[in-house]
Amino acid sequence: MRRRTLGGKVFRAMLWVAFGLFFLFPLYAMADFSTRNLIAGGRTMQAWQNLIADEALYQSIVISLLLAGFTVVAMLLVLVPTMIWVRLRTPWAKGMVEFLCLLPLTIPALVIVVGLRNVYLWVTYFLGESALTLTFVYVVLVLPFAYRAIDAALAAIDLKTLAEAARSLGAGWATTILRVVVPNIWSGILSAAFISIAVVLGEYTIASLSGYQTLQVQIVQIGKTDGPTSVAASLAVLLFGFVLLLVLSLLTRGRRRATVENVVQPGVAA
Amino acid sequence: MTTGVAVELNELTRLYGSVKALDGLSLHIEPGELVALLGPSGCGKTTALRILAGLDEATSGTVSVGGKDVSNVPANKRDMGMVFQAYSLFPHLTVLDNVAFGLKMRGKAKSERMSQAADMLDLVGLSAHKHKYASELSGGQQQRVALARALAIQPRVLLLDEPLSALDAKVRAQLRDEIRRVQLEVGTTTLFVTHDQEEALAVADRVGVMSQGRLEQLAAPADLYANPATPFVAEFVGLNNKVPAQVSGGQAHLLGTSVPALEGSIAGPGLAMVRPESVTIVADSAGTSTISSVAFLGPISRVYAALADGSVISAQMASSQAKAFSPGDPVTVGVEPTGVLVVKDDAA
Amino acid sequence: MLRRLRDALPLLPFLAVVVIFLIIPTVTVIVSAFFADGAFSLARIEALFSGTALAALWKSVLLSASTALIGAFLGAVLAWLIVSNPPTSMVRRAVISLCSVLAQFGGVALAFAFLATIGLNGVLTLWVQQVFGWNLAGSGWLYSLTGLILVYTYFQIPLMVIVFVPALEGLREQWREAAVSLGASTWRYWREVAVPLLTPAFLGSALLLFANAFAAYATAAALVSQGSPILPLLIRAALTSEVVLGQSGFAYALALEMIIVVAVVMVAYNALVRRTARWLR
Repeated sequence: MRRRTLGGKVFRAMLWVAFGLFFLFPLYAMADFSTRNLIAGGRTMQAWQNLIADEALYQSIVISLLLAGFTVVAMLLVLVPTMIWVRLRTPWAKGMVEFLCLLPLTIPALVIVVGLRNVYLWVTYFLGESALTLTFVYVVLVLPFAYRAIDAALAAIDLKTLAEAARSLGAGWATTILRVVVPNIWSGILSAAFISIAVVLGEYTIASLSGYQTLQVQIVQIGKTDGPTSVAASLAVLLFGFVLLLVLSLLTRGRRRATVENVVQPGVAA
Repeated sequence: MTTGVAVELNELTRLYGSVKALDGLSLHIEPGELVALLGPSGCGKTTALRILAGLDEATSGTVSVGGKDVSNVPANKRDMGMVFQAYSLFPHLTVLDNVAFGLKMRGKAKSERMSQAADMLDLVGLSAHKHKYASELSGGQQQRVALARALAIQPRVLLLDEPLSALDAKVRAQLRDEIRRVQLEVGTTTLFVTHDQEEALAVADRVGVMSQGRLEQLAAPADLYANPATPFVAEFVGLNNKVPAQVSGGQAHLLGTSVPALEGSIAGPGLAMVRPESVTIVADSAGTSTISSVAFLGPISRVYAALADGSVISAQMASSQAKAFSPGDPVTVGVEPTGVLVVKDDAA
Repeated sequence: MLRRLRDALPLLPFLAVVVIFLIIPTVTVIVSAFFADGAFSLARIEALFSGTALAALWKSVLLSASTALIGAFLGAVLAWLIVSNPPTSMVRRAVISLCSVLAQFGGVALAFAFLATIGLNGVLTLWVQQVFGWNLAGSGWLYSLTGLILVYTYFQIPLMVIVFVPALEGLREQWREAAVSLGASTWRYWREVAVPLLTPAFLGSALLLFANAFAAYATAAALVSQGSPILPLLIRAALTSEVVLGQSGFAYALALEMIIVVAVVMVAYNALVRRTARWLR
């Protein structure tokens, strides 16, 4: 047991207070700012009510939530079978898949959107103008996070043995994946899903420069005329993200040995 | 090289909340002696070692080294060398720098440090690996470097915290003998903590068996083996048969003969703890016991015989003798006239 | 060989998504930077050396480097504070979750957080005005480089925490105990063991912070509606420019510049991290 000196404890406490003030004060300011009644003084919940009352804002919230949902589903459908297949049948491709999944970390979202114009001309031609078409790009953006989460979960189980046992008992590939493997990598899937939701809800770069009205885009637009409402919406997103990740850390049982590799990186949603 | 000093642990108690990790442990180690603390996990042996090292603080009790009370001396001033279970080599330093680390802390000049460290590496036979890094060495080699590092500072006491537990079985046996050889050569007073009884018996001058924070028995290995003082020691060290016996007048009556009952035995009816090598099996067509199976283990074999009451007893003998027996043979089972410890039969 | 291709068929959906939505845009950017009006031309690359472009690049580098350094040092301190708590403690989980949110998913929200604090009508601005009579927000400094540095620090420090905590956790207790038993004081342990072991991770993390700030867009875009002091905002101007047609071509060159800088930094980061991962596993 490390002996902790009193001086050390006081020093630590002071540091905590300093950091706490720096990080929590702006959040408090957001809460204050968004509930201030500028005319009559005192508190008002008008800005927060606008989250539902303001038609454009409400629509953008719905779109963003749908987008998040679609992205999670698309990501899982594309990534989970692929990663399982690579581990079981094409281990020689592991390096390439991993490289591709981590590549979005090195290519800023800003760069992607600049080069995305032509591609999206085709996409809108086939699939229409809805913001939901952003799903494809968003799947790419969340790949690094999702890959690491699912990879860690797959590494923790003996995939080969499980799959062979299932197949030898007569299960087809779909059954094997859905009913044998997935239940065993649940924490990884949940992790990938939650983080993806957070990424999509916070994404601004690609949505705004492609001209889609997602939540973040709407917030910035409203911010030009209605400060309190945009602050309220921003705070709501932050709180939601915080709760999401906190719940995730509670659900992820045991202490997953964190390494420098399985943490998150630059420029994706910022 | 170093003249050993005596170590005294006096009534050490360590409480974690309401849990007693150590309960009044007292231990005296002679200069140059290697004492092994043996016991299952949680018995307090590592706690005792760490308190001696200064890495943990006793709730009450004192620690003396060379006659002086060091209870209040901080860990980095206690002049003790410690070998940990694993992963204790500094990964960013070469083997030589690792070994020289303690000397650097003591302000020795570089050339002196390096030559002393080189000598130490020679002692453990790793001179060829001077400039390698920990990750390039095997587990056994790493522990030898750790030993050299601990001894380089010529400590008054050498502490080993389960140094072999993380190694493969074969490496374990080799390294065990190596550690003992080096310790005898250098002559440092040593405390060796382990949960492996074979290790403790092979390496130590005296073995202290611990359970639940208390010292059950402290004796030389042969003594410990032949004359266990408590049921726990008898159970933990070596294998045992439990044979119904009756104690009266200092004698234990079992299997049709009488043998001395060891001090610590109960009086009256109970279970005698009989070592397999003390069980005798003789072919006897009129015998009441039958061979149930024979297990060939290489140089020795274990012969299992079912007694008249149905219980099975195991006997250990040379394989050449065991060859004579087959399952179903009628035999008479006896016991050699060595002392046995008789304990209470909890099932009765 | 043929069998390999056949086995790889199920990987097609994944490859399709990545190629179409990541590789092609990136290649488009790289190639288009060297083409103007359908012919090979270095015109767009040349434009990178214009006054505006160089100024924006320089400001971006300044912003990224300063916030990387500040974030690295303060973040390391905060990481050390956090690691002093056991891994399952609620405090630790909450702080790390908050750091994740602020570091990666905050973007726009952070801009508004600071507007609400020290903007023209910010809570702190008004309070300071009332109590001390100072005008904190007057000069609009929040929208200048200094303001950006402050706001960026708000997500750089948490990012440092997330990246550096694993490194701190990799510092095995045995090393400290071994050093102590060999005679090291706390100070010497840090100097001879902990700091040398943590330095590669620290430097690597600082590089990561640099790349992160350099590539960041949302926060600056939300704060600064007009003008393009830094590279990402210059790209925005080039993309949305209604003034000069053909400016969108310029965006390709700017984007290429961004790829190069970030790629170089990430390569250096990977080189450092590989070394660390070996020690602090």
